[in-house]
Amino acid sequence: MSRIGVFVCHCGLNIARTVRVDEVVEFARKLPGVVLAEDYKFVCSTPGQELIQESIEKHRLDRVIVAACSPLMHEKTFRKVIEKSGLNQYMLTIVNIREQCSWVIEDEDKATEKAKAMVNGAVYRARLLAPLAARFIDVNHDALVVGAGITGIQAALELANAGRKVYLVEKGSTIGGHMAQFDKTFPTLDCSACILTPKMDAVLQHPNIELLTYSEVSEVQGFVGNFNVKVRQKARYVDHEKCNGCMACMEKCPGKASSEFDELLSTRKAIYIPFPQAVPQKPIIDRESCTYFLKGKCRLCEKICQQGAIDYEQQDSEISLQVGAIILATGYDLMNTEALKQFGYGSYPGVYHALEIERLFNSTGPTDGKAVMRDGREPASIAILHCIGSRDKNYNEYCSRVCCMYALKFAHLFKEKTSADVYQLYIDMRCFGKNYEEFYHRLLEEDVKFIRGKAARVTDRALSPEEEGKLIVEVEDTLSNKFMRLPVDMVVLAPAMQARRGVEDLSRIFNVSLDKNRFFIERHPKLDPLATHTDGVFIAGACQGPKDIPDCVAQAIGAAAEAITIIGKDKLELEAATAFVNQQICCGCQNCVQVCPYDAPGYLADKGASEINEALCKGCGLCAASCPTGAITARHFANDQFMAELEGLMQY
Amino acid sequence: MSFDPKILGIACNWCTYTGADLAGTTRLHYPHNVRVARVMCSSRINPAFIFRAFVLGADGVLVGGCHPGDCHYSTGNLYARRRLAVTKKILEFAGLEPERFRVAWISASEGNIFAETVREFTEQVRNLGPQTKLAAQKRMLA
Repeated sequence: MSRIGVFVCHCGLNIARTVRVDEVVEFARKLPGVVLAEDYKFVCSTPGQELIQESIEKHRLDRVIVAACSPLMHEKTFRKVIEKSGLNQYMLTIVNIREQCSWVIEDEDKATEKAKAMVNGAVYRARLLAPLAARFIDVNHDALVVGAGITGIQAALELANAGRKVYLVEKGSTIGGHMAQFDKTFPTLDCSACILTPKMDAVLQHPNIELLTYSEVSEVQGFVGNFNVKVRQKARYVDHEKCNGCMACMEKCPGKASSEFDELLSTRKAIYIPFPQAVPQKPIIDRESCTYFLKGKCRLCEKICQQGAIDYEQQDSEISLQVGAIILATGYDLMNTEALKQFGYGSYPGVYHALEIERLFNSTGPTDGKAVMRDGREPASIAILHCIGSRDKNYNEYCSRVCCMYALKFAHLFKEKTSADVYQLYIDMRCFGKNYEEFYHRLLEEDVKFIRGKAARVTDRALSPEEEGKLIVEVEDTLSNKFMRLPVDMVVLAPAMQARRGVEDLSRIFNVSLDKNRFFIERHPKLDPLATHTDGVFIAGACQGPKDIPDCVAQAIGAAAEAITIIGKDKLELEAATAFVNQQICCGCQNCVQVCPYDAPGYLADKGASEINEALCKGCGLCAASCPTGAITARHFANDQFMAELEGLMQY
Repeated sequence: MSFDPKILGIACNWCTYTGADLAGTTRLHYPHNVRVARVMCSSRINPAFIFRAFVLGADGVLVGGCHPGDCHYSTGNLYARRRLAVTKKILEFAGLEPERFRVAWISASEGNIFAETVREFTEQVRNLGPQTKLAAQKRMLA
């Protein structure tokens, strides 16, 4: 007979408020095989853990049941606890009486009744548990960072400085991300390029970083410690091995297109680098605007290039990498403001979005840093509209977090560069970070006008002579309860930070789930913010949710530290719950060989039976359910164990 | 008091179980009737588990897995989808109302959908009344 110990947690009042813990303990104590049932305020705390360890010793327990929060939260914690007392870690069963019971059921009787049934199920199952042997695998010491904005750059540098080989994959032709487009950063107003470009250069120079620009990850196989990654490098039509970055080709190129880096406010050549400080300092050819690709003749760049680097025949290439850990730092997209017709973006040339303003202010931007409008005029009045598509149930319910602060920064820079009247149309000023509130107070003294109200509409239909030729922002000033029409020359929209377009593909490739706003989901919102449900894959920066630069950098460093805890090891312990074949029952049908996505089962012709390679098995149990003879057992989720749990769950 | 059904839930670890956790952390209330057993993947579910649950007296069985195409094990839930469709047919053949068995694809971010599914399904099973067709076979277990 087994010797089971049941520990019921109060979780403060989280469980005890709706579940009568003493009644559950009383119930558990009487179940066959249970030798001890106890309750404790916080079983996960040090005294709680000690209680379990002492009880194992004192009562010679051979199985432990903890009725507390979700196994996804503390299963690992308690496995370590019982292992320290000499029990095999798989002799633990967690009963989730918090997330599945006390938090979702209001009625005390019903919650208690369900908790009892759940404990009963666990006791039934626990009796049939068997110890499992730990498995270890070798770990690849290299890392992959996807996305080379400030987050990816920082993560790659941390890993590289720790002596790890890092592959940094970037979709665009330069690294730097959105931060490279910015002019100044809040609240210190230090120049974005001055703090970013040295890091970009450090990435390029670092002996441990292999930079793969203009490349995308197309496939990830394997698992924590041993990922096999395929990267597709898009054709640049310039051989970067030969190119010396003289840029003579760019001068002569007749092809023109709108500059994506300048948010389409200026033009670039068909052979180009996105901006003067781009890394790497080597151009690519854009097929869509190249005269040769469009009309079949030109080849001017080829004639000029003394290195012979131009290669119109270049094809996409595929690179295979082996890494032990992956950090996703794929960033965000600004919401497409043209979809919000009421604010007139795209209809009125005087309406701008935030990234366009960043480029206008930037000395390497389309206006050489002058705050002038598309028609060359300097605006005499400017309205900055907060929360465009953020904090709005019609678009994105969440707050984009950075807009209040950059709106203040814009106001300051407009004041510095022009003599315009600047209006802030805000819902709430959210200045949460270090020195942010102080920056807000500084702006309050810079003659910026704050109107508390979300702009409703931008129109050019004048109702009075002073509105003629202006853009009129309609807004309700909620402090004075007055409806206002605000005539201005220039309107600046602060659109929502959104998940990247195409993030669904990344989600599939890296096996990381998306939340309802299509941002990546972290393993735990508070205690495990950088890990994902796929071991060895971490997330950092704005791909997890809107963030400012300091938060992105902090997350990047954190994710690098997380990655090192994996790739810094030589061996890694794997979940031991794999499947195995009883070859005496196996009929050799090879169903298991066909269904397994990991090629773990193989057919042994000489034995006429299958065998499962435990190093490859992930323990999903598909083969066990597919086996017609019942020859395959999914350890820890075996038929008899699961059936017993059902019986226990359904008994009461 | 109206009939209070007993329902077995089987949830995959990565999507539906996590989604149920989210329902909990966001304190969404739903009926107490569903008792959830966890499997790593919906593909682990042997149809015998479903039959067994009904024989043991379950009034309904609710299975949850990742959305087709989003399986943590890449293709497991596609096998589960086919296998459970057949299971439903067999239950029907055995004389059970097919409405007592439901398969729902609920992702880790869909706590609200988990709660809503439990609410709906509990009502549906409540309206069907106690399940006696297979429960009567319980003595055969001994």
